[in-house]
Amino acid sequence: MSKVKNKVERPNFVSTTNACKLCTPLGAAMAFRGVEGSIPFLHGSQGCATYMRRYVISHFREPVDVASSALGEKAAVYGGGPNLKKGILNVMKKYEPEMIGVATTCLTETIGDDVPMILAEFYKEFGDLALPEIVSVSTASYSGTHTDGWHGAVCSMVEQLCTEKAEDDGSVNILPNMISCEDVRELKDICDHFGVKSTILPDISETLDGPALEDYVKIPSGGTPIADIKKMSGANATIEFGRCLGTKTGGVALEKNFGVKNHRMGIPMGLRETDVLFDSLETITGNPTPRRYELERGRLIDAYVDGHKYVFGKRAVIYGEEDLVTGLCAFLSEIGVDVILAGTGARGKGLAESIAAVTDGVTSKMPIVREGVDFHDIAEEAGELKPDLMIGHSKGYKYAKAWNIPLIRVGFPIHDRFGGQRILHLGYGGALSMFDKIVNAVLEKKQSDSDIGYGYL
Amino acid sequence: MTTAILEERKDQIHRTGQGDIDIACNRESLAGAVSQRACVFCGSRVVLYPIADALHLVHGPIGCAVYTWDIRGALSSGPELHRMSFSTDLQEVDVIFGGEKKLEAALDELIDRHSPKAAFVYSTCIVGIIGDDLEAVCRQMSAKKGIPVLPVMSEGFKGSKREGYMAACKAMFKLVGTEDISDVSPISVNILGDFNLAGEIWIIREYFRRMGVEVVANITGDGRVRDVGRSHGAALNLVQCSGATLDLAKMMEEKYGKSYIRVSYLGIEDMADSLYQVADFFKDIDPDIVKRTEDLVKEELSKLMPEVARYRKDLEGKKVAMYVGGSFKAFSLLKAFRHLGMKVVMVGSQTGTKEDYAELERISDPGTILVDDANPLELSAFIKEKDVDLFVGGVKERPIAYKLGVGFCDHNHERKEALEGFEGMLNFAREVHSSVMSPVWSFVPRRANKINTIEKGAGNE
Ligand code: SF4
Ligand code: SF4
Repeated sequence: MSKVKNKVERPNFVSTTNACKLCTPLGAAMAFRGVEGSIPFLHGSQGCATYMRRYVISHFREPVDVASSALGEKAAVYGGGPNLKKGILNVMKKYEPEMIGVATTCLTETIGDDVPMILAEFYKEFGDLALPEIVSVSTASYSGTHTDGWHGAVCSMVEQLCTEKAEDDGSVNILPNMISCEDVRELKDICDHFGVKSTILPDISETLDGPALEDYVKIPSGGTPIADIKKMSGANATIEFGRCLGTKTGGVALEKNFGVKNHRMGIPMGLRETDVLFDSLETITGNPTPRRYELERGRLIDAYVDGHKYVFGKRAVIYGEEDLVTGLCAFLSEIGVDVILAGTGARGKGLAESIAAVTDGVTSKMPIVREGVDFHDIAEEAGELKPDLMIGHSKGYKYAKAWNIPLIRVGFPIHDRFGGQRILHLGYGGALSMFDKIVNAVLEKKQSDSDIGYGYL
Repeated sequence: MTTAILEERKDQIHRTGQGDIDIACNRESLAGAVSQRACVFCGSRVVLYPIADALHLVHGPIGCAVYTWDIRGALSSGPELHRMSFSTDLQEVDVIFGGEKKLEAALDELIDRHSPKAAFVYSTCIVGIIGDDLEAVCRQMSAKKGIPVLPVMSEGFKGSKREGYMAACKAMFKLVGTEDISDVSPISVNILGDFNLAGEIWIIREYFRRMGVEVVANITGDGRVRDVGRSHGAALNLVQCSGATLDLAKMMEEKYGKSYIRVSYLGIEDMADSLYQVADFFKDIDPDIVKRTEDLVKEELSKLMPEVARYRKDLEGKKVAMYVGGSFKAFSLLKAFRHLGMKVVMVGSQTGTKEDYAELERISDPGTILVDDANPLELSAFIKEKDVDLFVGGVKERPIAYKLGVGFCDHNHERKEALEGFEGMLNFAREVHSSVMSPVWSFVPRRANKINTIEKGAGNE
């Protein structure tokens, strides 16, 4: 991969300013939230859970309960085992959950709590009660970001819940990475139209974007049913989104333990990455792509053509989660937008290689790729590169404002706009809607910067 | 309803008019409950954050810093360094070998880059565990950089927000007395416990200007390091908000003999009363001040009251539940709602003391639910039981209210409307009105069904 010539380490600052990542347990909590009847539970002090809830709520505008073992000073010294057990009992009593997803935090990792051992004791002590499933994942924030927490939780759920070979049922598993509620709905529709039963893990489409209710419910409806997770071993294949994933994932585990073939691919953003998904679905199901998606694909290309001049050669700075950034690069390369800088707060994800792979054959221009960056680093470098656009979550707004360029909001978190949970990124439809947004952002800027008052653009 | 309340939480809930109040407040959050409470660090951060020309460096892993990045208004009329999120972003090696070196280097780098007037270094949970000597690093960097570098001992697990307030006050107190006060007027105050979330400090300062009172320091809204340094020169400290900065006022009383009074700028009576108290304090040196204050209040009220009356017409009889950080705020809100003709049926607080709850019991209507450190399930149970029309709380409570089809007013830290002062009362009325009177509630299932039953039962009223 000769295109990968940039160094990918961050510039050499010691301090972090305006981080471009979130902490590991937040990702785990969000993933646990996508299982039916599940409550995320953070083993640590109260503050972390409260902060994360607040952060997640501001994006989804849904009630988000995250329990905590609420360690105090004593527990921090003598170990958090008793609090964890008591906490689980309390959650059981009050929420009657089918699953509790326990994620550790920096505090409990540092004091060295052995959560699997504590849970084993718990099973022994309280085996006589009707216990929910308890899934645990180790999520120290000082090694990783929220995406590691998400993938770690998904992998833990697969490994800890799907322990037996289920009967083959011809279904397909989809491990979709950190995508929006709308994206999950889109995936479900695609599978429905293909006529294939799908198990999407996690499924936040309803649990983090629910309807108005008659009554407050302790745990929102929706989410991947636990019974379905247990049957993932009987699926025809697994589709796992993410070109930056490591070797320990849910898809890998299912393949290794039960021989369920793992199709790993990028998040289907843009035309070609979506083609990969549809090709795989054709292979897996033996069915042709439904006509509605052929049509949608056609409309996407038609739109690309209609709008190409507005965006050609525009210079974009993009940032966020490693796989989202990769997907954006795939998409942007197709419409002639030059990504000049692609940054993520995560480290060691092979982002440059992924970007080279998804842009191969469409553009020869490779952006500066930076891992482990914060917004200070991004601004230092990007400021001189004279960008026309920023694409990413809300936290880049300060910089877009300073440079007087549009910020096109995608991903998580969207804290300064409405409807982040309903942004569609995936599939031909997602590419279409992102394309509309980008073209319109460029037009709006041109219109408002001009004295002419264009009525046609 | 009963299942929503864990046995151990029962003594943190009380209904007024049902026996003696004995709320067990200020205890650690219960393991496994989804508490709305935050941590020590959060308390410190909230108090110190608005000091706009200081560097605020969070020593710890990334989350603690990133979740507090620019989350509240805390408007500044000048520098905006406080709106940046600085962290040492501790990594695994730092956790194993200690983070002192990294902290030192980070301070070095950031102080050179931003030339702040002071630096606050916040300790977080794991720093407390790995045992970095924050004080030593700060002392050393202070000497090297020639600015105050102040450790804030705010390890999250050492309590709740309240302990964080104390840690913040201790850190700030080291600044007090470091500046010259020879030009401070004898008729002068410090404004403590307002964070200028939506520009409120500017409203209040303007009232004092009209009264002829100098404001030496805003602690901490639109705050400046130098102002805090000369705050001991002010004749009187005005403390708002339950406990956030009360400790600082007490420290100043002890060391500099400055008295303090507790005030509130929320609602009509409390706002007026606060100004009168100040006038009263200075009337011996400036006999005219009382008259000036009366004129001010009269003028403001003559503008305000007709407007409030307009809103009151619609809001009369509507029911309110509130869940606020400090219960002192609850007192003021309770009275403010009475001006709107609304009935407060539930009051909850994160950090109320026993005395606070006793006072609440005294001023609220019989049958009001008082609750300490509530969780979402309880809150929703109370909302339903009391059939409220409006919920007052923070961003975490908003979706609960909305799910149940209940209006909402953000009275916590993320509000964007100035709700203090006389004009704040009007904003408050407008905000309440715009939520309670919205047509959307009629479509929400809970309400829609109720309306249907009423219509079926009672015909067309
Ligand atoms: S301590 Fe760790 S888990 Fe908790 S908020 Fe900070 S970074 Fe996140
Ligand atoms: S509880 Fe500790 S680790 Fe969590 S946010 Fe507070 S200080 Fe940070």
